[in-house]
Amino acid sequence: MATVALRRISKSYSGRQVLASLDLDLTSGELVCLLGPSGCGKTTLLRIIAGFIRPDSGTVVVAGKDVTALPPAARQMGMVFQSYSLFPNMTALDNVRFGPRVAGVGKEQQVSRARELLALVGLTEHGEKFPHQLSGGQQQRVALARALAVQPQMLLLDEPLSALDAQVRAQLREEIRRIQRATGITTVLVTHDQEEALSMSDRVAVMNEGRLLQVATPAAIYREPADPFVARFIGAGAVLPGTIEKGAVRVAHVAMLARAASDHAEGCAVDLYIRPEHVRLESMNGHIPPGSVAAEVNETTFFGSLTRVKLTLQDMPDGHGLWADLPSEQADRFKPGSRVLASWDEAAPRVMPRN
Amino acid sequence: MNRMGIIGWLVLPLAAIYFIVPLVMTLAFSLWQGGSSYGFASYRVLMGRPQLPSSLLLSTELAGATALMLVVLLLPAMIFMNLYAPKLRPLFEFIAALPFVVPAIALVAGLTALFTGPEWLLGSPFYLVIPYFFLALPYAYRSLDVGLGALDLTTLTEAGQSLGATMGQIIRFVVLPNLRSALVGSLLLTLAVVIGEFTFANVLLFRTFAVFMNQIGQHEATEAAALVMVSFLITWGAMLGVLVVGRGCSPVGGGH
Amino acid sequence: MRPLIAWLSIGAFVAVATAFLVAPTLMLAIQSIYGDDGLTLEYILSMGEYRYRVAFENSLLLSLGSATVGVVAGGLIAHAVLKPSAPRWLRSVVTSFSAVAANFAGVPLAFAFISTLGSLGLLTQWLKGLGFDIYAAGFSLYSISGLTLTYSYFQIPLMLIIITPAIEALRPSWREAAENLGASGGQYWRMIGLPVLMPSLLSGWILLFGSAFSAYATAYALTSGNIGLVTTEISNVLSGNVMASPQTGAALSVGMIVVMVGVLALSSVLARRAARWMPQR
Repeated sequence: MATVALRRISKSYSGRQVLASLDLDLTSGELVCLLGPSGCGKTTLLRIIAGFIRPDSGTVVVAGKDVTALPPAARQMGMVFQSYSLFPNMTALDNVRFGPRVAGVGKEQQVSRARELLALVGLTEHGEKFPHQLSGGQQQRVALARALAVQPQMLLLDEPLSALDAQVRAQLREEIRRIQRATGITTVLVTHDQEEALSMSDRVAVMNEGRLLQVATPAAIYREPADPFVARFIGAGAVLPGTIEKGAVRVAHVAMLARAASDHAEGCAVDLYIRPEHVRLESMNGHIPPGSVAAEVNETTFFGSLTRVKLTLQDMPDGHGLWADLPSEQADRFKPGSRVLASWDEAAPRVMPRN
Repeated sequence: MNRMGIIGWLVLPLAAIYFIVPLVMTLAFSLWQGGSSYGFASYRVLMGRPQLPSSLLLSTELAGATALMLVVLLLPAMIFMNLYAPKLRPLFEFIAALPFVVPAIALVAGLTALFTGPEWLLGSPFYLVIPYFFLALPYAYRSLDVGLGALDLTTLTEAGQSLGATMGQIIRFVVLPNLRSALVGSLLLTLAVVIGEFTFANVLLFRTFAVFMNQIGQHEATEAAALVMVSFLITWGAMLGVLVVGRGCSPVGGGH
Repeated sequence: MRPLIAWLSIGAFVAVATAFLVAPTLMLAIQSIYGDDGLTLEYILSMGEYRYRVAFENSLLLSLGSATVGVVAGGLIAHAVLKPSAPRWLRSVVTSFSAVAANFAGVPLAFAFISTLGSLGLLTQWLKGLGFDIYAAGFSLYSISGLTLTYSYFQIPLMLIIITPAIEALRPSWREAAENLGASGGQYWRMIGLPVLMPSLLSGWILLFGSAFSAYATAYALTSGNIGLVTTEISNVLSGNVMASPQTGAALSVGMIVVMVGVLALSSVLARRAARWMPQR
């Protein structure tokens, strides 16, 4: 398997810069997600790796070999597209053996390899079916098998799950990960779905406006976002604008507890990020202890084991709110309109300079 | 960079020459007045011929009558078949495909063999409307069928009925407006086909526009060229109408 | 509730079609086997005579030739014009011109070609002036090859109109997937592009064949009925230009219908095979 190095990749379309001198390294056998909103350049980057797009500058090095100038057909990379990429005139089996076939592998070998791969993706019974006879999830499994059939150095997945419904998506997510682990192929997956990125990858690369903002493990991306965009894009939570005052963050006229405030200079304009799972709620009983803020329950949304409570902070401008995720049995007593106290661990909030 | 590929560079210029040269040559020919003098003489002579307006009028009237027959006979039958008797669809498909299998000239032969009267029908040029109807049928049927298929009549009718509309109201306010572009498209197509139609008119000896054009062409070459340009403009106008109005109906005619 | 008017209008359409379309067709079949003295195969067998055999051969040759030229040239032009890299204006020019040219047939088309490539046509004279006499070189507009050249003028645009939606339906991701799996451009077309287009190409071909086979006006105006085609032979019989009984005309017509039905049947068998992979409707 192969290591991959992207060096100073840039690409512009009619004057608009889509990728700005971007560097990324993948270790062998790793699965990296390119995550970002649509138009952030993630698909362009994937297509540059695949060879469908030539970068304006920069190099793509796979297993120590510069492939920047090679056409897609010579790169030995398996790609899975968003949808409808199976050849409609071929059965599932013929689709899978297409790669070996054009490579001139003997027919028997083509077929036996294709059957192995269909078994790997759990479609042994469906080899003779045409794409239109398969469900969306099955089609993407075939597409995965087809990509693997060329024994690729790298696997490239371009939003492979986005056209599928939620249940199939969750199932296929695990399956792709299982197969990727089993084969040990270095893999790049493009997605705009943060849940997908966090649950599948070894590392997540968050992109916005043609730049890589942070490349880290899912846990690090979630817990320690290095950039305001990453903090807003990943996970839910409240963002409150404030200033640093005496080692805390003052939002409107309320001082909010945050250890990270001490990393910033007094008087600095910052944003305070608080995740819903860090917020604790108590019923209001007269006074407001230090470290707590007064709020009113706005609405509650039931998610099964969790209930998300939306809070309006008191004595603050509109739009200043918090969310709290509580175990559902505890959330029952917080009805819309009830007044509560919200608090959190000093260590929980992130503080970042306002941009 | 070869933006259109080698095939594009090879085929497109050849095709452009093939399609443009006859038009340019015909235009030049229509302006030729003998020797090296060019002008509008043949157009003037042409405009002076009384048969030009009369034959063009006749062809236009026939086109109008054919269009009327499509609206009166085909359209309601198709709507009602879709609504009440979808089982008859294969029969309709068969009828609509038949004119394609039975060439125009064979249909003329059959009509002549079968009908020898009455004189008021066979002697009138409007007898042509019957074969013209079948000439236009496959194309009109196809485009109306696409239009109706896109409508989901059953759901529309159920929705209409649940709102208390009668069948007549549903057809008037829901079905017809939605079919308008398919209908106008096939009517304009009929216009182009009928005005250029030659087979039936020539064999049944009626003096339509195309027959007149052929007659001129046998004797007056430059006038014929002028007529070609006029006819090209008529086709162009009709097709422009189809392209502007019609989405979902392909401008493919018959009458070759 | 099935109102009377619905049945009346369906009935009227079916009745008119039966009387003026189905009945005349049946009449031809009957006429072709009924002589003055009852049932006879005389007229059907007369189709084997030299004159009519040649007419059928010419018609078939012309239809096969111009349909094939139309499919190949129309397909290639559509492919070149529809490439995403082709300029948009080119595409709309070609689309709208096709709509006109596909309907620009019959008498005016014949005269346009006579003005251009007839023995006194401008292009002919001009080439002669340059020292290249195409008629001396064996070309004639009034021959089967001349007719094929003329028919292509409406056949190619007809094909363009038919095939455009099918080419637009080819997904770029198929091409990319094939490239990604190591296929060359040629392999993509041979194994994916053409097989996917095949049903549309076949149905386009049959439509073109039919339009050439039943074409009468263009051939008549171009050759004044002098070249033996089945359509012109039928019209000769009908207008009494030749000494032939109406039954011969009927037999010729039946022959045309048989050819059309045969070609249609053959192509639908082929189309079914080519469309095995498609959802069945």
